[in-house]
Amino acid sequence: MPLDSNAYAWMSAREIAAGVRARKFSAEDVAQAALARARALDPKLQAFVTVLDALALEQARAVDAAVAAGKDPGPLAGVPVAIKDNLCIRNTRTTCSSKILATYEPPYTATAVEKIVAAGGLTIGKTNLDEFAMGSSTENSAFAKTRNPWDATRVPGGSSGGSAVAVAAGIAPLALGSDTGGSIRQPAALCGVTGFKPTYGRVSRYGLVAFASSLDQIGPFARDARDAALLTAVISGQDPRDATSASLPVPEGLLDLPARADLKGVRLGIPKEYFIPGTDPEVAAAVQEAIGVLKGLGAETVEVSLPHSEYGIGVYYLVATAEASSNLARYDGVHYGHRTEKEVGMVEMYARSRAEGFGDEVKRRIMLGTYALSSGYYDAYYLKAQKVRALVKQDFEKAFERCDAIVSPTTPTPAFKIGEKTDDPLAMYLSDIFTISANLAAVPGLAIPCGFSAAGLPIGLQVMGKHFDEAGVLGIAAAYQAKTDHHARRPALG
Amino acid sequence: MALSEEAVRHVATLSRLQLTDAEVKHYTEQLAKILEHVEQLKKVDTTNVEPMITATLTGNVFRPDEVRPSLAREDALHSAPDHDDEYFRVPQVIE
Repeated sequence: MPLDSNAYAWMSAREIAAGVRARKFSAEDVAQAALARARALDPKLQAFVTVLDALALEQARAVDAAVAAGKDPGPLAGVPVAIKDNLCIRNTRTTCSSKILATYEPPYTATAVEKIVAAGGLTIGKTNLDEFAMGSSTENSAFAKTRNPWDATRVPGGSSGGSAVAVAAGIAPLALGSDTGGSIRQPAALCGVTGFKPTYGRVSRYGLVAFASSLDQIGPFARDARDAALLTAVISGQDPRDATSASLPVPEGLLDLPARADLKGVRLGIPKEYFIPGTDPEVAAAVQEAIGVLKGLGAETVEVSLPHSEYGIGVYYLVATAEASSNLARYDGVHYGHRTEKEVGMVEMYARSRAEGFGDEVKRRIMLGTYALSSGYYDAYYLKAQKVRALVKQDFEKAFERCDAIVSPTTPTPAFKIGEKTDDPLAMYLSDIFTISANLAAVPGLAIPCGFSAAGLPIGLQVMGKHFDEAGVLGIAAAYQAKTDHHARRPALG
Repeated sequence: MALSEEAVRHVATLSRLQLTDAEVKHYTEQLAKILEHVEQLKKVDTTNVEPMITATLTGNVFRPDEVRPSLAREDALHSAPDHDDEYFRVPQVIE
C-alpha cells in the first residue's frame, strides 16, 4: 500500500500517541509519513537543517517493539518532534545554523531531547534558526532562509523559525524551540501556531547551546495549547546537570490538560503600554476581539501598568549581548568548530577563525556585549541595564497582585517580507517589543493564533503568567481555543 | 555618545574578531545607532535599585563535591579541528 504522507499531517500529538498506544497504526508509519512530508515540502519551506531519517525510524521501531511487548512507550508514543538546531543530540550534527559549527557533533544529548525520546517521541530533524538564535526572522541562518507557509515571500519570524514552520506546515505536531527574547512566541504568532516559553528554570537547559544564560528557556511549539501542555509536561523538571533548573514539582494535569468550559473567576490584566499607536490596526483589532471572547468566557479584565516596558529592548540588547559575548568566547577553533585554513600563529588563528565562522549579526552582538562589559563602560551600560531589569520584573510582580494573567498582542505586525528589515538591525529588534519583557521578568509567556489579517497572515495573542503558573496560562489558552477555530486554520501548501 | 572607529577596533580585538576596514566602518555606524537607542536607559532613576544579577527564582543550589566520570577522551576530541588522539593540537604559540 503506498504510504500517504498526509495521513497524519494534521493529527494532534495526543491523537497520534493514542493511536500508536492502541495499535491503530504504527510509530514507523507515522515516522515514514512525517519524513516523506518533510522531503516533499522542505525544498520550498527550508525549515530543516538536517532531516534525521535513520534516527527517527530507529526510535519508531523501538516504540513499536515496546507496544508489541505490552509496555507503554510513553505519552509521546510515535509523535514526531522537530528539534531546533541549537539543541544537542549525541553524535548528530548540531549547527546553530552557523558556519562555525557546520560539522559539530556533540558528545551528549540535551536533557529536553532525552526526555522526549524517553516518552516515545521521534526526533525527525533539526530545524533552521537565526545563527545562535540571534534574530527575529530566521534570515540570519548561514544555510538557508526559512519561508512562511502562509506566504513564501515573508519571514516565519525567529529565531526558532524552522520549528514554527515544521508545526505550521503539518510536518510534525510538535517542535522544540528556545526563547531568549521572544524566539518561540514571535515565530509562533507569525506562523499561526501555539508557542510557549515556560518560566525561567522550569525546563533544564543542559545541552542547549548557550546564548544569554539569564534569559534562555526551552519550550514547545504545537497546533493547540493542550499539545503544548503535553510537551511542556514531558520536558519540565529539575535536572542535576543544570543548576538553574527549578526544584519545584512539575504541575500535575499538564499531560492531559482539561479544556475549561469557562474562565469564571479569572482576572486578566490588560497592560496599557502594550496597546500603543505603533501596532498594526489589524493586529490591535484581532487582539481586542480575542479579549472579548475571553470576557465572554467569564473572565474579568482589569487595566494594569507595566511602566518600564519601553526600556525592555534597551535592557535586553545590553544584558543579552553581554552574556552572549561571554558564552561565545568558547568558539576558539581549538576544541570544536571551524578553524581557519590560513597558517597563522595562535592569537591570529582565534581572530581569523571567529571572523570566518560567525555571521554579521553574531559579530555585531559579540562586539556590543564586549563594549557593554568593557572597562569604563560597565557601570553605564551593563550594570545600569541590570538595575532597570529589576524594575521591569517588579512591574510584573505588582501587576500580578491585581490579576492572574496578562494578555497583549504577541507582535506589533504580522509577518514581514524577507529582506525588509535586514539592513536595519534596530528595526528588526523592535519586532520583539512585546515579547522581551517576559524573558527579563522570567515569567511564562504563550502565543496563540487569534485571527488573520485581510491578506491572510496569522495574528498572535500573548498570555503571560505568574512565575511557575504554566498550568494557568495554558488553561486560559485551552479555554479560548475550545471556543474559537483560528488555531485550526491551515495554510495552503500547494 | 559618539562611537569612534578606534573604539570599534579595540572592541574587535577584545572579542578576537578580525575585521576589514569596511567592516569597521559598517559596525561603527550600526553600533552607534543601537547605543543611541539604549541611551534612553539613563532616563530611568535607579537610585537604591539592586541590580538583577540572576534570573533564578528558587535560590542557590548546592551538590556534594564528589568525583564523577567526565567526558571520555575520544568524545572530547571528536569534533576538534586538529588533534593527535591524545591532545588538541594548536598553532605555534611563541614565535
